[in-house]
Amino acid sequence: MAGELVLLDFWPSPFGMRSRIALAEKGIPYEYREEDLRNKSDLLLQMNPVHKKIPVLIHNGKPVCESVIQVQYIDEVWHDKAPLIPSDPYQRAVARFWVDFIDKKIYELGSKIWKTKGEEQANAKKEFIECLKLLEGELGDKTYFGGESLGYVDVALVPFYSWFYAYEKCGDFSIEAECPKMIAWVKRCMQKESVAKSLPDQEKVYEFILQLKKVFGSE
Amino acid sequence: MGEEVKVFGYWASPYSYRAELALKLKGVSYEYINEDIFGNKSDLLLKYNPVHKKVPVLLHNGKPIVESLVILEYIEETWKHNPYLPQDPYDKSTARFWIKFIDEKCFPTLWLAAWSAENEREKVTNEACEYLKTLESALNGKKFFGGETIGMVDIVASSVGYFIRVTQEIMGQNLLSADKFPQLFQWSEDFANCSIVKESLPPRDKLLPFVKGLIAKYQQDNAKA
Repeated sequence: MAGELVLLDFWPSPFGMRSRIALAEKGIPYEYREEDLRNKSDLLLQMNPVHKKIPVLIHNGKPVCESVIQVQYIDEVWHDKAPLIPSDPYQRAVARFWVDFIDKKIYELGSKIWKTKGEEQANAKKEFIECLKLLEGELGDKTYFGGESLGYVDVALVPFYSWFYAYEKCGDFSIEAECPKMIAWVKRCMQKESVAKSLPDQEKVYEFILQLKKVFGSE
Repeated sequence: MGEEVKVFGYWASPYSYRAELALKLKGVSYEYINEDIFGNKSDLLLKYNPVHKKVPVLLHNGKPIVESLVILEYIEETWKHNPYLPQDPYDKSTARFWIKFIDEKCFPTLWLAAWSAENEREKVTNEACEYLKTLESALNGKKFFGGETIGMVDIVASSVGYFIRVTQEIMGQNLLSADKFPQLFQWSEDFANCSIVKESLPPRDKLLPFVKGLIAKYQQDNAKA
């Protein structure tokens, strides 16, 4: 069932991290291949001709593209180990809703925080915190969004933690001050090896962002 | 069985339509509530979808499910007969890929091509055509995206195959034409001719003036911005 598994990825990508965490949670061995996004490999272009983006999960030579689709695929194929997505249809719908929310809001707002200045940045920061607060509300008193164990929403959201330091430095604010429950949840997730090993160091991500800012000309 | 199924929707919304078509394909009876989304949204809608405040909302035995794609997956998992997603995980992931592509790239760009200003229209139209070409490749000689019968990709593609085609008529564009995209055009005809689809689509003569008004509004808002 394991077969040959390759993940085409880029180290700071929060989307790639989702698949890394899912595979690690389930203890599934795979080959990690780092892509240079300025010089994409023939394999990447062949496996994801439509979007030409990472991450791409290649299972026995067949590509699965898009991180949320990959996590669902991993959960369905290796369903007996550490299930991430609830089995009850209503709970699944709730989890899918929040993953969709994260996808629509967190990355874009975070990007605005490091890319922009002035009023646009201030608005992005405000909305970003509002979104995190909504997520805190959904978490409630649970250990994880998935309950007692890591779930679909946890896997979708926690990768963005590796970018929090960069957002805070660029936006001159403290996420922990605004959303302490969120940071408490992050710390619980980071105690899990599957998460800790899948997320890059926050300072490294910040350095990477600084390089990007030079390219985008906003420094 | 005593199940209570309700859909809060809007008659002209392609997203709302997806939820209704899915329930009809499963033969599930439901109560439809039309929301005045451009005027006054009901308290119930705001209660059931506090985050986005949008239609469609599916209410099943008092529990709300929102976002059309989430609703489609829920319907598939709850009423397991007449499946519209493949069983095999890999085929399922392929279907989900095309659904995401339609929802995030194809449909929004085609809509944009309809109302964008003259100076931007050519660029957006070219992009839209590229997406249509890619979408057509997903058909790969099949009658429907789902194979011999309508699948979830077809349900989602109704936004392109029907709603966008109506929009194009109004704008005098003809992007989804038989000579440019013969397979995709044929698919949209076959899809719209399915009895279950035909009887549930919002009628063209009602939709045309509505979309015309909507486009005018978008153009107005865009000119102001």
